[in-house]
Amino acid sequence: MNDRFNLYRFAAPATFYPLAGKMIPWFVAAGILFGLAGLYIGMLVAPTDFQQGEGYRIIFVHVPTSWMSMFIYLVMAFWAAIGLAFNTRLSGMMARALAPTGALMAFLSLWTGALWGKPMWGTWWVWDARLTSELILLFLYIGYMALVAAIDDPRRGDKAGGILLLVGVVNIPIIYFSVKWWNTLHQGSSVNLTKSSMAEIMLWGMLLMALAFWMYSIAIALARVRTIMLERERHTDWVRQELAGDSQ
Amino acid sequence: MLEADNLECVRGERRLFSGLGFKLDAGELLYLQGRNGAGKTSLLRMLIGLLPPETGEIRWHGKPIRRQADDYHAALCYLGHLNAIKEELTPLENLLAAARLAGEALSVDDAIDALEQVGLAGREDLACKYLSQGQKRRVALARLVIDRRPLWILDEPFVALDVAAVDWLAGIISGHLQRGGMAVMTTHQLVAIPAGTVRELRIG
Amino acid sequence: MPNIVFSVIARDLKLAMRRQADIVSALFFFVIVVSLFPLGIGPEVDLLRQLAPGILWVAALLATMLSLPRLFADDYRDGTLEQLALAPHPLGLVVTGKVIAHWLVSGLPLALITPVLGIQFDLSTDALLVLTGAILIGTPALSGIGAIGAALTLGLRGGGILLSLLVLPLYIPVLIFGAGAVDATVSGLGGEGHLSLLAAMTIAAIGFAPWASAAALKIALE
Repeated sequence: MNDRFNLYRFAAPATFYPLAGKMIPWFVAAGILFGLAGLYIGMLVAPTDFQQGEGYRIIFVHVPTSWMSMFIYLVMAFWAAIGLAFNTRLSGMMARALAPTGALMAFLSLWTGALWGKPMWGTWWVWDARLTSELILLFLYIGYMALVAAIDDPRRGDKAGGILLLVGVVNIPIIYFSVKWWNTLHQGSSVNLTKSSMAEIMLWGMLLMALAFWMYSIAIALARVRTIMLERERHTDWVRQELAGDSQ
Repeated sequence: MLEADNLECVRGERRLFSGLGFKLDAGELLYLQGRNGAGKTSLLRMLIGLLPPETGEIRWHGKPIRRQADDYHAALCYLGHLNAIKEELTPLENLLAAARLAGEALSVDDAIDALEQVGLAGREDLACKYLSQGQKRRVALARLVIDRRPLWILDEPFVALDVAAVDWLAGIISGHLQRGGMAVMTTHQLVAIPAGTVRELRIG
Repeated sequence: MPNIVFSVIARDLKLAMRRQADIVSALFFFVIVVSLFPLGIGPEVDLLRQLAPGILWVAALLATMLSLPRLFADDYRDGTLEQLALAPHPLGLVVTGKVIAHWLVSGLPLALITPVLGIQFDLSTDALLVLTGAILIGTPALSGIGAIGAALTLGLRGGGILLSLLVLPLYIPVLIFGAGAVDATVSGLGGEGHLSLLAAMTIAAIGFAPWASAAALKIALE
């Protein structure tokens, strides 16, 4: 293997791998700090809701995970667009690394939504527009992961997954509005997950928790993308050196 | 007029070839040789524009093929491993449909002539699923009889043909070269093509 | 240039006519699925009348799914897809032709048989008309969106199941407005708004989906 060949093709992963390795501890530390602060405010400082009692405190997990689940899909679609437009290798790996986290966030959002719904409305599940859209978002994540897993050639998988993500991101607003319309048509005024009058301190708690989930997602995605890089480029010199260095 | 420059092919984790280039002028034939898995078919798929090369460029009349896909495809006839014929259609319908999709005018008489030449006289109206493997291959080859596009790219055209048919096909390819056509083909058996300049390119 | 669209439609229709069993089985699948629901739910006419639009639409989605895997798979297997990709026209136009042909042999028959099935559910004439119209207008969108899934899963193991996983969530808006049109008519609100939105979805799907499918097909052909 000549050097030019290696430099040309693997420059991005070979430089990104150590960089990501250095960034991960910082994001982990920031995630823990934000998380502790957010939990402190959410669990201890924020007042008990006079209507919902202590049970409402689950929104400090529920709302940030919902935000993250939607945002991560957008980030994946962004990487997909970059990957398809410029044929960059890193983009597909980033999208793949983010997908399980996005699916986890969508799942957590649904789960905490159900946990919240039981004491509040006396039922685990309501066909609320937001919950239903979140469920469809989870389906989209699962579809993406199933598609890239089914394609053996990683580059082909990246490209096909990228097209699916772009199709999905165009469809998400259409799906959301149609579900919302369907919901109002069938249920009249439905239960709202977020209270309109929110104490400022609760907002702070949620923002801190959202930041904690942000940091967690970035750290875990970077760790995952490092693993994907090692696996895909296991035949290259820099991976061999990297692995030899680890064992010393 | 067909030029390839510094082509590199990576399939999965393996690099099949790199730094590959050639130039092909009117009336010339390029034989691609190499062991199984050397990347002959991959190179052909690059030349027809279905597989983008990792590095390098393919030019047709001096212009990169990916910038003129429609014009390039209008000048290109590709015969792959697969026959690209529909089992439910008759040989005649297959030829006519292929010509229509390729944007070429083909009369029924010409199509019947071509089928006669490949030895399928009397079977024009029999659905292809009732033909033998060899006969199906001949339906695919019949496309070459009528094709007047300048660049032919043929993947193992002589496979599964009997001696007489090999000679016949060699004649068809010579005729194409004599008319100023170009051809690129892979083959395991070296067949003497009576006309045109023959170049050889070994891969791997 | 749109000549290529008509050539592809003509070719695919001719092929479909030589394989009529496929069309008929998808149609019977639709009929059987719809007939199973009363057996599962019970014969109360009021309830069935209320559920009919949803049932017929869900069955239409499933029947469409059934024929989608073969949209490109046959052409892929015998090498004609390569030749189509090498035609001197944008591949998106070829796919447009294939999508239209797919609708003519899958969506259109569903719409034609819908009135008969609707009568089984005791739908009023108005509801019957709107339901048939909705299926007629909405199924081209199903063929278009489905083509993307069919192209993405081309040549994969277990492609059929994967295809449903990818495509069914994207069908939800069509399902909502298709079934909603009938509900709106029955409740006296009028289904025109729903039908216009369905038509908009169909136009968007026929306009954009073939190009996304073409991009996916090129990846599969690499």
